[in-house]
Amino acid sequence: MSANRESLLKDLTPEIEKTGRSWYVVFGIFLLIFIIGIYGLIQQIDKGHIVTGMRDNVVWGVYIVNFIFFMGLSYAGALVSGTLHLFKTPWRAPVIRIAELITVISLAIGPFFIFFCVGRLDRLPYILAFPRIQSPIVWDVIAILTDVFGAAIFLYISFLEDFAILRDNENLQIPPWKKKMYRILALGYQGTEKQKRILSLSRNVMAAIIIAIAIIVYSVLAWIFGVTLQPGWHSTIFGPYFVIAAIFSGVGLLIVLMAIFRKIYSLEKYITLKHFVNLGIVLFVIAAFFGYFTFSDYLTKWYGSVKMDKILIDKLFTEFRFYFIVANYIGILTPIIIIAIPKLRTIRNITVAAVIALVALWVNRYIIIVPTLETPFLPIQDTRADWLWYSPTWVEWSLTAAGIAVFGMLFMIISKIAPIISISEMEEAEEKQKQNQLTGEHHE
Amino acid sequence: MKKKKEESSSRRKFIRYLGLGLGSAAVAGTAVIAREPAEAESGEKVMLLSSDGKLVEVDRSAIRVAKARTKEEIKRSYKGLPGKKFVMVIDLAKCKNARKCVDACQEGHMLPKDHEWIKIYLLQDSEMASKYWFPKPCYHCDNPLCVSVCPVGATYKREDGIVLVDNKRCIGCKFCMTACPYSARVFNWKDPEVEVPKDHVYDPELNIPAVEGTVGKCVFCADKLRVNELPRCVKACPMGVIYFGDINEDAVTNGVETLRFSSMMLGKHGYRHMEELGTAPSVYYLPPVNRMYPVEIGFEDLDDSISERYTPQVEKKPKKND
Repeated sequence: MSANRESLLKDLTPEIEKTGRSWYVVFGIFLLIFIIGIYGLIQQIDKGHIVTGMRDNVVWGVYIVNFIFFMGLSYAGALVSGTLHLFKTPWRAPVIRIAELITVISLAIGPFFIFFCVGRLDRLPYILAFPRIQSPIVWDVIAILTDVFGAAIFLYISFLEDFAILRDNENLQIPPWKKKMYRILALGYQGTEKQKRILSLSRNVMAAIIIAIAIIVYSVLAWIFGVTLQPGWHSTIFGPYFVIAAIFSGVGLLIVLMAIFRKIYSLEKYITLKHFVNLGIVLFVIAAFFGYFTFSDYLTKWYGSVKMDKILIDKLFTEFRFYFIVANYIGILTPIIIIAIPKLRTIRNITVAAVIALVALWVNRYIIIVPTLETPFLPIQDTRADWLWYSPTWVEWSLTAAGIAVFGMLFMIISKIAPIISISEMEEAEEKQKQNQLTGEHHE
Repeated sequence: MKKKKEESSSRRKFIRYLGLGLGSAAVAGTAVIAREPAEAESGEKVMLLSSDGKLVEVDRSAIRVAKARTKEEIKRSYKGLPGKKFVMVIDLAKCKNARKCVDACQEGHMLPKDHEWIKIYLLQDSEMASKYWFPKPCYHCDNPLCVSVCPVGATYKREDGIVLVDNKRCIGCKFCMTACPYSARVFNWKDPEVEVPKDHVYDPELNIPAVEGTVGKCVFCADKLRVNELPRCVKACPMGVIYFGDINEDAVTNGVETLRFSSMMLGKHGYRHMEELGTAPSVYYLPPVNRMYPVEIGFEDLDDSISERYTPQVEKKPKKND
């Protein structure tokens, strides 16, 4: 065993060997939030969707916002990790696993929000039993199922080498069941030349595939809105706009998680300012694109002043102005300003920018969904007064919180099974660095 | 070559045997069916009218009470009435928001009071033009977006032009509600708690009972059309606002007068609401000109809860969950 691997194992495996009290406390809080969410769900199933804030005009509310949001995070994770891997980005090693985990964990949560929104949960299998290919929802089901398998395979093969390393490490203080688990999960990987070649090839292929899938799948999701005639949704730009927005939120989340794990698992040595700045620059570029897309979408609607578009824009500028400012000014400009000025590029500032980007993007989703549904072609009339407008109820918020809690719990559990930084990637990166240094010296 | 021949001949043989088998099974089956009633014949004959309109005579013992056949009702509701293409014409000059159509519809379909399959809007096309009452059922579009987007085929377009919802199939995703540009659809947010008659058979053409978590909408009273009656809203309207008919016959009626559809469209400049969306509705409007009543009459005798539906609501009220 190289000295390199030994030090890596020493730094990265303590979290697998033992679990501190704070881990249990945080996990317990998440679990409690999750249980409250389950209680909300039981209420909703028992009494019907009447317990939500949704009514006949705003038939899709926070649930769909969360659905798009989590799916966006997932696709962004796929795009970021796939791109980092495929282009052999030199600094990717410590961050790529977090990106991969975002992909799979968000993907595991997102669809549940569709389930919460569906009126008859018991009839969900009908989508598989009587699918109609004309329906964008069926496109989406096919796309998401493809994505689930693709992302799971991509994640698993990226874990394979680490499972083998953990299996072969005698010094690890772990219970026998964990050892057994690593033996099974490593699938007999021994690191022979042939195995390495096959693994590397499959990872490249899967990286390319999931980049393509992510773009297609998120466009399909955008088309669920784009194919309708509703003002604000019926837009050709929606496919690419959603993809850009997804990457924006995904990079934001990646930065936030990097900051969290760096702190709680003491990974300062591995996740450094360099990573924050590099991802910050990605965030900067995406924010610029996102701002550009947002601007052109709203400019054309506002300038042409088609009746329905005008009503919608007026609503966004008055009733929803607070949301609009948060989503489309603060959310886009703050990350750009913080990262554009080199002096401001500290880990804390970049993390703050990422949090703002993340929250703003959720709000952006909200003002894409709700104001449009409150602006039907025929004015909202002859409807019970207390049914008119949308405001989410505690049931919807509790399930939203539960989604975030599950996200946290799954991340916490996985970080106890495999290191949050890929050992094999780090090893490879450090070897390459050494080689570069050697060849560099040689040239001199 | 030879092998191929053999193969094809053996396949033919197989098909022949299969045919023989099926045929004999069918014969045996009919024999069994035919024999059964003969065993307990009472000798007392009863005259009955068959479904194709013939008078037939059967033994009393052979009569069974028809069971609820929801499956067949649903199947039948997919087909529609052959040779028909239904059309509705709403004469906006006559409407005074009497709301009898709304009541008749709610009563006939056992809808809760906050569920309207037909709504009356108070529209104003531009600031210079006057306001007018605008009844809006489902438009039963010929290019229905709601049908296109349904993932499970719970909503479908029939050959007679009617768009129905099968609430035994609907999963409640509400995509059709966001796809419909006319807000024609309503969702059952809670159990409607209707007391359905005991021997009632569910039929998408009537859509009773409503099912919690599914979508409902105007069905053009397809159940009434099947028995050659006018839709409930047409019959209920005291002003004769709503005309209904078959475009193939080129005739529409409001129950009092029957008019030629084509000359009505030409003579009174009929139009369809938001033609530019390309959904091709089956509901036509006659413009609100030469009106019989001032628009204000529509506010008389209205319940407070109804009249407040026409006042612009700016502030967001908290929800009442009952």
